Amino acid sequence: MGKKLLLANDHVPGIQSYEVYRKHGGYASVEKAIKTMKPEEVVEEVKKSGLRGRGGAGFPTGMKWSFLAKPEGVARYLVCNADESEPGTFKDRYLMSRIPHILIEGMITSSFALGANTSYIYIRGEYYYVAQILEKAIAEAYANGWLGKNILGSDYSLDLYVQVGGGAYICGEETALLESLEGKRGNPRIKPPFPAIAGLYGCPTVVNNVETIAAVVPIVNDGGDAYAAIGIGKSSGTKLISASGHINKPGVYEIEMGITVEDFIYSDEYCGGILNGKKLKAVVAGGSSVPVLPADLIITTANGEKRLMSYESLADGGFATGTMLGSGGFIVMDETTNIVENLHTFARFYHHESCGQCSPCREGTGWMEKILHKILDGHGTLEDVDLLWEIQRKIEGNTICPLGDAAAWPVASAIRHFRHEFEEFVKNPNGIKKVKHYESTQNLVTA
Amino acid sequence: MEKKEIKFNEETMALVNNMISRYPEGKHKSALLPILHLAQAEFDGWLSPEVMDYVASILSIQKIEVYEVASFYSMYNLQPVGNCLLEVCRTSSCWLRGANEIVEHIEKKLGIKEGETTADGMFTLKTVECLGSCGTAPMMMCGAQFHENLNFQKVDTIIEKLKADGKRKTYLDEVVVNHY
Repeated sequence: MGKKLLLANDHVPGIQSYEVYRKHGGYASVEKAIKTMKPEEVVEEVKKSGLRGRGGAGFPTGMKWSFLAKPEGVARYLVCNADESEPGTFKDRYLMSRIPHILIEGMITSSFALGANTSYIYIRGEYYYVAQILEKAIAEAYANGWLGKNILGSDYSLDLYVQVGGGAYICGEETALLESLEGKRGNPRIKPPFPAIAGLYGCPTVVNNVETIAAVVPIVNDGGDAYAAIGIGKSSGTKLISASGHINKPGVYEIEMGITVEDFIYSDEYCGGILNGKKLKAVVAGGSSVPVLPADLIITTANGEKRLMSYESLADGGFATGTMLGSGGFIVMDETTNIVENLHTFARFYHHESCGQCSPCREGTGWMEKILHKILDGHGTLEDVDLLWEIQRKIEGNTICPLGDAAAWPVASAIRHFRHEFEEFVKNPNGIKKVKHYESTQNLVTA
Repeated sequence: MEKKEIKFNEETMALVNNMISRYPEGKHKSALLPILHLAQAEFDGWLSPEVMDYVASILSIQKIEVYEVASFYSMYNLQPVGNCLLEVCRTSSCWLRGANEIVEHIEKKLGIKEGETTADGMFTLKTVECLGSCGTAPMMMCGAQFHENLNFQKVDTIIEKLKADGKRKTYLDEVVVNHY
């Protein structure tokens, strides 16, 4: 069994409640930080831990925190990104609904470190019931003196609020999230300025993912060095992996970084192998945005080394033969999976979720969806496959936020590794099983 | 049909004021998204222009500021929907585990196509993008409730229960939390 830092107590009965959470050592990090540490010492521990943003980008958290501007007399904000919407990712929902207090505790300790006196948890609207769980946990934290004025008798005060979104993947992008938190459309902002300088209401702001903030709890409790000792190289600590698709045991697993991908897929401790004894065909290892890899390349790198569950190993080989850890949304596909059809669900997703600000993304995502639809309907040509490649290439890097890249990479990787399947569809349209393709019904309901 | 006055009841108004109090002085527009959820739940499951205008008046913002937000986000309905809006996820993980078949099954069972509402105004079927329930796929949401690990039989039971209950489901409903 690997070491668990976040989910160690996830099966303790009643762990949702304040009493049980506290009995199992909850809120110790707040006590330690506020009573015995200076805010900059907390930041230092997070730097030492090597913790990297768990939302997908993997940017070092301590460094992100140290960029926060601290002009005199200006409010600073910590905003938790609980907008989890990356297809294949459901770890934050699991963590928040099972152990809500670990997020509240992490928010208090982190807000103290950053000198924020008001903090927000922005949660996707579809997780409305999870927001209610968090509201209850926050009320309990207030009632027990962990939130509000003069926490633990110190001169540090903090108010913590939840805000629900309205349903938009783009609000997981931090500047779109801030726009949404300000009551606007979720259109990403042009950077710079970065949120660390001008974020919420134009004030210095740090935006961190749920899992990142929860990880601050063990880091402060046990020290940054202890956290850094877990995992492998620059992939320190543990990572929550959301496992889904054709596996025997879908679910959320906390892994020590550095276990092999093979072990993760086949061992009974994790995914428990491929459903119905089928063979593995492909894996999307880090949420829909990252490149899909065929079975041989996900199990071993192009150099023949065992691929590990870590930022570096999954990225080994670049996009030619590698992928990314991303958000840890691990989607497994068996030998019967139609790669083109799966890609169509991704393309439709990005088309639906594009905010429409940048032409390459607004037009390109819809164009890609239509071409895939055409190919799946048996009307595609070989030129369509080339056109698809060209479009994704012209979206990537040409938009103000990463949604464009995220829409391009799945298309590029599917063509790179499974071009023969696209060609099969084009050359043999009569052999195609008639499939029904659902268009977005968004417009039917929301005008 | 008698035209209802558009005004939050006292209980909701208290929630609205609580939302507004969460943001700094002068930043009350931040409360717009949560208030739109409250409005949709209270005023028959959708945001009519009159309802949106009412929300604008509460926040003292321009009507267009409400329209542009309501039309951006997927969860706000700008047209009437049935009492039970069935939102079926069909992105990758759900598709891999049979989401399309679930949609077809519901279409057959209710005699409607996706995007349509049953004649009795009970159900609207909508297909949506990833709801973060990939490990319990296929899934659908009705109100705030996630219905997970769906199969045809389970869908039938859910629909029968919703029908028998007859009440409008909203995102604000209490839900049964699945603790795996």
